[in-house]
Amino acid sequence: MKARVHVMLKNGVLDPQGEAVRHALGALGFDKVEGVRQGKVIDLDLAEGATEADVTAMCEKLLANTVIESYSIEMA
Amino acid sequence: MKAAVVVFPGSNCDRDLAVAFEQAGFDVSMVWHKDSTLPEGVDIVGVPGGFSYGDYLRCGAIAAQSPICKAVIEHADRGGYAIGVCNGFQILTETGVLPGALLRNAGLKYICRTVNLKVATSESVFTQGYNAGDVIGVPIAHHDGNYFADAETVKALQDQDRVAFTYEENPNGSVADIAGILSENRRVLGMMPHPERAADEGHGGTDGAAVFRALAGMVTAA
Repeated sequence: MKARVHVMLKNGVLDPQGEAVRHALGALGFDKVEGVRQGKVIDLDLAEGATEADVTAMCEKLLANTVIESYSIEMA
Repeated sequence: MKAAVVVFPGSNCDRDLAVAFEQAGFDVSMVWHKDSTLPEGVDIVGVPGGFSYGDYLRCGAIAAQSPICKAVIEHADRGGYAIGVCNGFQILTETGVLPGALLRNAGLKYICRTVNLKVATSESVFTQGYNAGDVIGVPIAHHDGNYFADAETVKALQDQDRVAFTYEENPNGSVADIAGILSENRRVLGMMPHPERAADEGHGGTDGAAVFRALAGMVTAA
């Protein structure tokens, strides 16, 4: 069983890397990009019986820093 | 007076911090990240700069989960003294001992140079060797030193006089120019600049030495 965790900086937290990517896209002529936010995707291979609640606990304790980041979980 | 300096894989300011403590008169022991207890009778713990665990996941995130960090958190919870410099500051925010977080520098560049800091409060064992308003030159060397906390937390830090140092010219985008903060009981200091690298004549400046001198004789084991 697998889970995919998306970790993004919260709205309102400056994302300088996303801004740099936006500028670079603009320099390449992609002039319709109004904003870029860069995050992380973490794939977990889980043993049978692991639950979304387990993954939530992992996010709260380690995978995301909830002071600055939000996360979402896809179980598959 | 006993100080313990924590060493993680990837720490690179641990010996500098130990020397700064020693010059101030402390007996220093180095503590490995896999140790689960601090030496008996430690008065202050130093969490050094560097790139603990390669900065994987987030700066300080893996270190914050290490066995020794549990002991450091317990030490702080008991009212023990601690100082975290650079990566050590990042680690202390990741553990929740200090509020906020350190983001990538707003200019995206790694910055390594001496900057001017204003001493924002002299009301702590760490800053009592200065007068509030003093301007001191202390080196910074970081890629992720952009201090962030929500508006409510920043207001609380300011209202409770817990901002220890501010940048005279903000190099990294830190909110409210914050370079270092104190815990609620004022016994834990976290700062991005390196006072231990401005603590000896050979460093080219000794403006940071007062941090360690002031600690001597003032801290007690918890």
